Order: sequence, then structure tokens, then C-alpha cells
Amino acid sequence: MYLHKPMSLLAVLLATLVGSVDARTVIQNKGSDTLVNVAQAWAEAYQTVDSDVAVAVSGGGSGTGIAAMINGTVDIANASRKMKDKEKKMAKDRGQDPVEHIVGYDALAVFLHKDNPSGTMTIEQLADIYGRKGKARKWSDLGITVPGCKDKIVVVSRQNNSGTYAYFKKAVLGKDKFKNGTLDMHGSKDVVDLVEKTPCAIGYSGLAYATDHLQMVCISKDGKPCVSPSVQTAGDGSYPIARPLMMYTNGQPEGAIKAYMDWIMSDEGQCIISKKGYAPVRPVQCN
Amino acid sequence: MAAVEEKIEGVVSNRGAFDRRNTDWYIDKLVEGLVFLGGISAILFIIGIFVFIGKEGLGFVFETLDLEEFFTSPYWEPSDEDAPEYGILALIAGTASVTGLAMIVAIPFSLGAAVYIGEFATGKTREALKVLVELLAAIPSVVWGFIGLTIMNPLIIELFDVPVGLTVLNAGIILGLMAAPIMTSIAEDALKAVPDRYREAAEAMGATRWQVIYKVVLPAAKNGLLGAVLLGVGRGFGETMAVLMATGHAVNIPTSVFDSVRALTATIAAELGETAVGSDHYGALFTIGIFLFIITFIINLLADLVVRGVRKG
Repeated sequence: MYLHKPMSLLAVLLATLVGSVDARTVIQNKGSDTLVNVAQAWAEAYQTVDSDVAVAVSGGGSGTGIAAMINGTVDIANASRKMKDKEKKMAKDRGQDPVEHIVGYDALAVFLHKDNPSGTMTIEQLADIYGRKGKARKWSDLGITVPGCKDKIVVVSRQNNSGTYAYFKKAVLGKDKFKNGTLDMHGSKDVVDLVEKTPCAIGYSGLAYATDHLQMVCISKDGKPCVSPSVQTAGDGSYPIARPLMMYTNGQPEGAIKAYMDWIMSDEGQCIISKKGYAPVRPVQCN
Repeated sequence: MAAVEEKIEGVVSNRGAFDRRNTDWYIDKLVEGLVFLGGISAILFIIGIFVFIGKEGLGFVFETLDLEEFFTSPYWEPSDEDAPEYGILALIAGTASVTGLAMIVAIPFSLGAAVYIGEFATGKTREALKVLVELLAAIPSVVWGFIGLTIMNPLIIELFDVPVGLTVLNAGIILGLMAAPIMTSIAEDALKAVPDRYREAAEAMGATRWQVIYKVVLPAAKNGLLGAVLLGVGRGFGETMAVLMATGHAVNIPTSVFDSVRALTATIAAELGETAVGSDHYGALFTIGIFLFIITFIINLLADLVVRGVRKG
């Protein structure tokens, strides 16, 4: 297991302070911004399960977590997209063996400003706004008039190594790519903040980042009636842009990491993810 | 001669033998060595940095990169699985537009300040101004970026009725204010280097204050002032944090100052931490690094040559 030096030092220091003889085991956990809140909640709750294990969580995006897994600097990488074949090969070349665990599902919500009258959109309309082949540059191109906005669509996206970005591209744009001129935010929170303040804006992020100051779009695909994003619709697969959330371990998990992963998949762990606004991997009864 | 020897012996305090290698001599040599190391370290570091970014980026440049695409394509999509695109034209346009606007903002400010400090202000006013200008140069760039994000952004939205205030205009003004203090200091040095007899001669001919400055001092300091502007441009090209925060970070060839853009430096800052070491994306970012290094090197060299030109002439 990889022990981060300053953290292990800190753990030893803590152990000495408390008077315990055993140094705590530290699990390094890094990656997806979508998952970071859940990962933190898991890490905190796990203290009551096994106080000898400390989980150090940081975000930065799926790309960051996967890069760290390839470079061998984390124990568990969080990702809101699957590892690419190229990345898997690079990991193998460096002697890592990433194993995928699906820990939950997330609905990718599309946000509009509160004043935007358009509550429903089709995947084609989204592709028209976001895609390079798309022609919509003004709201009037879609037949929409937004109060407080001078027609130009402010397209908000994510930086290109975000898992949310990669999933949105695949699910909405298909083979097409993002058009130039999108504002690439460095986190889901920034997307939400900007769309809240900008009447002309459209943006997307994991459902858990939604606030009351935003409007969530009901999305229809292939002419079917539209579905609003929610924990239910993400879990039962009816929402068209829902995605699995993954954790990658180096090889099949063993020891403290296995115990942690097993606990995440238990009812207790799955209740935490559903409380954070994501769908659990299976229906669970939570109080 | 005898008197001199006596004096030396007195200093060295080592009568008889004429060996001067006492503690002072060794300290002298040691300090000389340390100062020499300090002096050449700048050269060593620059070679080290160049070797490092060369080693990380050049493999990609020769093996994968299509140089024509790199400089002429406006599409930057390095994380695409099937067909990654490595075009930096839009990023160059972003950096150039922001730096250009910054110079339009900074040149009048800094030249005005330099002329006032150098030619008009006297005594305490002058000293206070100089200290304040230095202080302005010491504000961290992230603070400037924060100002762009929280103060300029809503201000631009309000004043110009545009949907988003994170634009070329925002970043250009911020960057101009950041570059102005350094340009002021260098421009003031250039004005100071103009000999007083030039001014005295002009005044003796009956020239007014403004005529002295406009007809005599500014032309004489021309090279130094140009050097100041070039260093400002170099600062603009290399600045990262403030530009990252104030431009809106959108890959885009701007058609007006109200468009969002993305700078070369900001792209490296935003993406490098999240790419796998040794991947093509990583190589592409280092190639941008090499490009930036070459550009700033040329600008700084030019500025140096221009400033040197004025000292000799």
C-alpha cells in the first residue's frame, strides 16, 4: 500500500499523542469532483467503523484520479467515467493493475437560469447548443426568448479532463466534439454559480450540485416523453444521461482497502451515497 | 617601496614571512567562490529548465505532433479518445488579444507615471510615488485575478450589458494594471539616464517644460522606453493566474473585447496537474511550454538589447 509521507508522519504523530502504539493506516483516495463530497462523507463515517484506518480524500477531477492511479500515487481513484483503453495500457506499462468498482449512479443534470422559460429540451437541442456541428448560437435559434438575456447563449462546460465533460460529450454529442467558445469551468460548483448568475447561460453537472436557484431541464431522447433528473430516474435507468460512478483500486483490493470497499457497498455505505443525491447501486432501505 | 611593504605587513600582521594566507585570505576566497556560484547559478538554472521542458516536450514534438495543425488549428481537444486535437491558434489569439489590450491600458499609465515621477515630482511626493509603484508591483497575481473575478466581472456586465464579464476586456485591464508598475520603474530609469545637460540646453533655448520633455527627453530615452514596453509584453505573455481567473477560460478566437478567451499559460496551469505523465496530452502541454519559453526569451532578449543600446549611445 502506498503511504503518503507527510500523512503517515502525521498519523504516527497523532498515534504518539493519543498514546496508542499502532500507527494508523492511511488510504489515499483522489479523483472525480462529482464523487468528492460522497467520498468525504464515506471517509468521515468510516472513522466510527474502524478508527485505525484514515482515508485521505481529495478532488481535482476524474482525470486527476486516474492519472494518479497510473502514476501509482493513490490507493483508490474516484472516476465519473470509465478508464480509457489508452489509460489502462499506460497503467499496465507502469506496473499498476486498475480494477473497476461501480459504487453508484449519477444523473447528469442540465441547468438553466431560473428565468429561462424552456423547461424541456431534447438531446438534439443540447447537441445543437454544445456540438461543433450544432448551429444554435442564440436562444432564438431554438425558438426561445429568455428575459434579461440579449439572445446569445452562454455555453458553460467543464475542463477537458473532467469525467463529467467526457460523459456529456459521449452521451449528448456522440461522435461530434464540443464547439469552441464554451466557458470551461474548473469544477461543478463553478458551473452552478455561473448559471445561477447568468440569464443567458446553460450548463451541466452532477445532480448533487443542483441548487434551488437553478432550473433543471427535463430531457427527452428519441421522441420519448421527457424525464427529469432525480435519484430515482438515475437508478432505474429512465433518465437518458445517467452514468455509473466508479472507484478504481490497484489490483483486487486487499486488507484495509478491501474492508473499506466492502463497507462502501454495504447498506450503510450505500445509504450515504443516496443521501448525497446520487443513486445507490441497488435499492436500499435508509432511515 | 619600503613604506608600502611596511603598510602591507601592518595590515596582514604577519611579520617576517610574506605569506598572506591567513584566515582573512581564506574567507576572502570562500566568499569569492560563493558569489561566483550565485552568479553562474542563473545560467545553470536556465539551462536546467530548458533541458527539462525540452526532454518532456521534444519527444512529442518529433513523434506525434503535426506542427501545421499545432499552429493553424483553432481546436484544442487533447483529451478526446479517438481523435485528439492539438491546435493552439485560439490559445495564441487569446494570449495575444489579452496582452495587446493590456499594453493599450498600461502604456499611457506607465509612461505618464514615469514622466511625472521623473520630470515633475520632487522631494517627498516623488519618494512616496516610487514606493507606491513598487508596492503595486508586489501584489500577488492571484489577488489581481480575484479582483477580476469579483469586482470587474459584475462591473463589466452592468456597464456594457453583456451576458458574461469574464472577457478579453476584463483580463486586459487587470493585466495592464499588473504590468504598469514594472514598466513605470524601467521607463523612469530610462528618463533618468538622459543627461541633465540636454534639459538645460533645451531650457536655455527657451523651451517650456512640456517642450523639453516631448522634444528632447522622450526622444533621447526612446530605446529605454521601448525596452520597458517589451518587458511589459513579456510579463503579459507569461502571466498565468490572473489571466486564468479573468478570461472565462474559453477556447475561442475573439471577435470583440467582450468575448471570453483562454491563454496559453492558463491552459498549462489548468490541465497539467491532471494528465498522466508521459501521455500525448502531457507532451502537448510541454510543447506549449517550449513555445512560451521561446517567445518570452526573444522578447526579453530584445528588451535587453534595446535598453543596452540606449546606455551605449
